[in-house]
Amino acid sequence: MKLGVILSISKTHLLSRKKQTIIAALGVTFGIGAYIIMMSFMTGLNGLLDGLVLNRTPHVHLYNEIVPSEIQPLDYVADFKDDVKIVHSIKPKQSQNRIHNALALMSFLEEQGDVRGVTPMVKAQGYYMAGSTKLNGSIMGVNVMQEAELYNLNDYIVAGSAQALEMNENGILIGKGVADKLSIGINDYVQISTLSGDVYPLKIVGLYQSGLAEIDDIQSYVNIKTAQRLMGESIEYITDINIKLYDMSLAPQFAKDIEKMHDLSATDIQTANAQFETGTAIRNLISYAVSITLLIVAGFGIYNILNMLIYEKMNDIAILKATGFSGQDVQRIFISQALIIGFIGGLLGLLLGYGVSYLISRAPFETDALPTVKTMPVNFEVSFYIIGIIFAMISTFFAGYFPAKKAQRIDPVEIIRGQ
Amino acid sequence: MGKILEAKNVNKFFRKPVEFHVLKDISLAIESGEFVSIMGKSGCGKSTLLYILSTMDSDYDGELFLKERPLMGLDQDELAKIRNEDIGFVFQFHYLLAEFSVLENVMLPAKKLGKKSYEEIEHDAMEKLKLLGIQDQALKMSSRISGGQKQRVAIARALINDPSIIMGDEPTGNLDTKNADNVFNIFQELAHDQGLSLLVVTHDDDFAQRTDRIITMEDGLIIS
Repeated sequence: MKLGVILSISKTHLLSRKKQTIIAALGVTFGIGAYIIMMSFMTGLNGLLDGLVLNRTPHVHLYNEIVPSEIQPLDYVADFKDDVKIVHSIKPKQSQNRIHNALALMSFLEEQGDVRGVTPMVKAQGYYMAGSTKLNGSIMGVNVMQEAELYNLNDYIVAGSAQALEMNENGILIGKGVADKLSIGINDYVQISTLSGDVYPLKIVGLYQSGLAEIDDIQSYVNIKTAQRLMGESIEYITDINIKLYDMSLAPQFAKDIEKMHDLSATDIQTANAQFETGTAIRNLISYAVSITLLIVAGFGIYNILNMLIYEKMNDIAILKATGFSGQDVQRIFISQALIIGFIGGLLGLLLGYGVSYLISRAPFETDALPTVKTMPVNFEVSFYIIGIIFAMISTFFAGYFPAKKAQRIDPVEIIRGQ
Repeated sequence: MGKILEAKNVNKFFRKPVEFHVLKDISLAIESGEFVSIMGKSGCGKSTLLYILSTMDSDYDGELFLKERPLMGLDQDELAKIRNEDIGFVFQFHYLLAEFSVLENVMLPAKKLGKKSYEEIEHDAMEKLKLLGIQDQALKMSSRISGGQKQRVAIARALINDPSIIMGDEPTGNLDTKNADNVFNIFQELAHDQGLSLLVVTHDDDFAQRTDRIITMEDGLIIS
């Protein structure tokens, strides 16, 4: 009941000076609206950029790395156990590129609960040749359909399809950069020269554009069997194993465990792409900084308007106090006004933010880097809207708090006797 | 008849700009149903005394009792509650809230008290307005009625919580003779018919002469 009295007084104050109320609320509306738009657009863009790399990057990548042995023969000699040993000119041992017993390892990995998919890969080096041109190339033998399912390969195929490659053992899905440089297109033939000097003609069944020039200029996909044949190796020959987990954050631990269990190198996505997380974090930080600045500006607007209101209402405050309203009641009257402004302005801000975000998401956005993206990326995440309205309430509360505190301290005797 | 309001040895100092002894050892008591006026020259401390008695100014030495209850040392919120319940105010200027209707102005202190339902409060407020003969103005905005009417609304507001005492700081100071007469008659009726105590600071000799008792002050002392 008491709150009702206070609210009815604040309501009367707000309604009797509609223009100022609307201006104050609009300040909040624009602040919150800008926050929603910035966050939606920024995180949408972030998601797109991250997806550019992260979506097609395996969470854990297993391969045989040629490195010098950590333990040298000298280490086995007990006599020098506590001594500092210096061995010069260590060279790595020649070993095979392929992963030892890869098929068994894959079926073991597939049984792990956290694992969403395991894909084998055969990396082959060679040259693309068409006419007299010869280009350095890296040919990936993959299980195409699995690749399409786990790493969105289809999103980056600009001509032809993954299915066409699956059907054709002599087919190749070639990087768009390579195709442009060789002036060849779909259904043409490209000669692949392997390191051992053999030449194979492969039919181009599709063009592939990742958006990263250094990949598009050298990389191509073939069926895993084709790659094994190029290398002159058996079906056992697998150079890399890619693992996709259900939860990306488990990758570092998973990689560590595999390294410990098997004699292999394992790289997790976080280590491989640390710069992306940093970039995302910084972009988010900037968005928040700008939005908070906008809200603080809106807050100052409310502060000003309430301050003026209090000077105007000195007499009212004095009489309210004389007739038995406590300082706290008076404070509540003004804080509730600020909160009402914040709530209404904030809600309108959410609507404004949603509306503009929607318009942005409809705006055309075409880029070579992202063949499948046609409109601006916008992230319609509910949490932005929740944070937005909470932030509106908090900032307007503080904007109202200080003027309200002043109103609470007004001495009615001074006002009444001063007349 | 009990004492409604009693002050014992009240001293008050103004500390700024220089220390000044405004009230010197003031003791007085108001009986219930008594209509008392305080007179004195400007600066004699009569208004200061009134604001101390009204609990709005709590910066004084001495003792103060309202219906035998000591008021010293209570905090502002408790004093506000006491004002709300037991003390009605009428000032020289009406001090109505301009954005509210006459009725809402009268109802406000009762809403704050919160002892009655909205309907009861509305009914009471209409009764008080009727008592003061301005019920036909009830729904007008308070900024749209005449000065004399505003003062009567202020009296209705002072009465809404059925206080034990009404205090006035020159309540007729801003009114013409006819309206001042009117206000005096209302006060008189309240004191004699309803047993309300009234304490009024005034400059108006005629007004004071017709009250039950005149307290005359000079230089911070009660001289009669």
